[in-house]
Amino acid sequence: MKKARLTIFCCVGLLWVLANPNPVSGEYDYINITNPFLKKIPLAAPVFKAVSNHDKELALSIKASDLLADTFNFTGYFDILDRGKYLVDPQQTGILPSDINFGNWTVIGAELLVVGSVLIEENLIKMELRLLDTFKEQMLIGKRYRGTEENYREMIRRFCSDVISLLTGKEGIFNSKIAFVSNGSGNKELFICDFDGYSPKQFTQDKQITLFPSWSSDGKWLAYTSYKNRRPDLYIRHIKENRGIIVSKEGINTTPAWIPGKFELAATLSFSGDPEIYLLTGNGKITKRLTHNRGIDSSPTFSPDGKKMAFVSKRSGSPQIYIKDLDSGNIRRLTFHGRYNTQPNWSPVGGKILFTSMGNGSTNINMIGTDGSGPIRLTHDSGNNESPSWSPDGNLIVFSSTREGSSKIYVMTAFGTDQRRLLNIPGDQTNPKWSPRITIN
Amino acid sequence: MPRKLWIGLTLFLVIPGLLLTLSCAKKTSTIPRGMDQMMEECVETQAVEAATVTESQKAMEEESLEAEAEKIAKAARKQFVNEDIRFDFDSSVLLRKAQEILKRKADWLRKNPGVKVSIEGHCDERGTNEYNLVLGDSRAQSAKTFLVDMGISASRFSTVSYGEERPIAPGHNEAAWEKNRRGHFVID
Repeated sequence: MKKARLTIFCCVGLLWVLANPNPVSGEYDYINITNPFLKKIPLAAPVFKAVSNHDKELALSIKASDLLADTFNFTGYFDILDRGKYLVDPQQTGILPSDINFGNWTVIGAELLVVGSVLIEENLIKMELRLLDTFKEQMLIGKRYRGTEENYREMIRRFCSDVISLLTGKEGIFNSKIAFVSNGSGNKELFICDFDGYSPKQFTQDKQITLFPSWSSDGKWLAYTSYKNRRPDLYIRHIKENRGIIVSKEGINTTPAWIPGKFELAATLSFSGDPEIYLLTGNGKITKRLTHNRGIDSSPTFSPDGKKMAFVSKRSGSPQIYIKDLDSGNIRRLTFHGRYNTQPNWSPVGGKILFTSMGNGSTNINMIGTDGSGPIRLTHDSGNNESPSWSPDGNLIVFSSTREGSSKIYVMTAFGTDQRRLLNIPGDQTNPKWSPRITIN
Repeated sequence: MPRKLWIGLTLFLVIPGLLLTLSCAKKTSTIPRGMDQMMEECVETQAVEAATVTESQKAMEEESLEAEAEKIAKAARKQFVNEDIRFDFDSSVLLRKAQEILKRKADWLRKNPGVKVSIEGHCDERGTNEYNLVLGDSRAQSAKTFLVDMGISASRFSTVSYGEERPIAPGHNEAAWEKNRRGHFVID
């Protein structure tokens, strides 16, 4: 009976029971959507209270509160205040709003405060988390989670996700993943990690060159190029189930990009003797040719409504970004600065396209309006910066950089601020691609 | 009947004998008969001996030529495989020297009609690996088109682009980049 109950807990996962399931919506004045990174919100995140105060509980409490601080920090919206500055320790006081003297937090500059408690009971953990507005002396969100100890990370992630939804009015990125290429094993293989770089796992075992992962818009499929059969073929593989297909035409089969909301993708194929972009079904059947130009056409990326495609073409003599309207067939050139602009990536919320520009001996990430406005350069004096890819909310950018020597994966805000390394694993990491939001089963 | 048979038999033996004597007399008009026979014999032996020598000499010569030819063929094959064509940065245009190399390759392919070739296109590390994979394909295609225009059947070629993934020179300078921007030929 007890075992059955445990299983139910594990299967159901996490339960939240506290009041206020749908907290005050529409309070978006915390985070300025036009430039959320201009003024970061000072947030205090003291170590959670260990309720029965034994070592194991305290250890988990520290681990969970550190993860919470890291996760908030990752979004780029918050300035996490140094714990050394805190005047009170919620470990000693209570964590209910009525227990808190908000003056102790406003005086150190905190506008938001997260307090929490952890209780371990018979291998199950209970975690309570509250987000408080220190000036309004109000609770904005309160949640209680129950689950096994391994669930603590998921609990923190869900809480942070709710906080971001409340503060920005938009769904966060906490259910997204990042695919990338790593050669740590001696060959370039695909890996997948969580949005914040946690738990990287090897996805391919081809022992050959593997490149250019691209997520289907439901996050269930990855398309990529692999030399498993000693030539650059296009693989379309289901991530969890062992199925998929290979597109293996003469020449190259490369730079896949899925169309938002559809089981369709575009890719660069050169079986005609010339690299052109084609539209394919998710089953690898070619349905349409999208470019007709002698010379290089490649690297498609689609607008959120799937009606426009940005791509690279050398039709003017140097690689530049172009936009094709798929209904009218009209093509216009988007980039005019520099002589080497490649790797376009269209924002999933629209309006902007990231690309890389090579000049003066290095490659850097740039952003341009889809109407040609801007462009602005987001990386400076930091080695080669390549393969930019938007987070699903359009607020963060993942990219690769050689700023510390070998190529590693980095994240920055859409304004180029808060550039930091995503993960630390052996080898060179390249070609990162941020997934769309992945629905939990 | 028996008489007729005898006459026939006599004619059969005598006429060829007469004919033989006539021809001999004609040939040996200045030389005594015995000597003539001796000479003939001698010449015959010499001729046989001479023939034997030339044939053995011919066999020996053919053998050494074969080895030489094999050596030349091997060298030609080696050159075909080892001689890369080079490209300018961000270009798949065949330079003059590349065209000369490709003409040699076309000659070799004409002499080796059974051979199929995989043409690899490579790039230097500069720029993005996404674009370079496509550029490498254009380089391989340029080489293939040239060879097909030289009369080699397109069915003998396949192309593989490696982009910037397989550099042969490890440096980060123009000397290394120049070696890495290449078309490479592999015999299948």
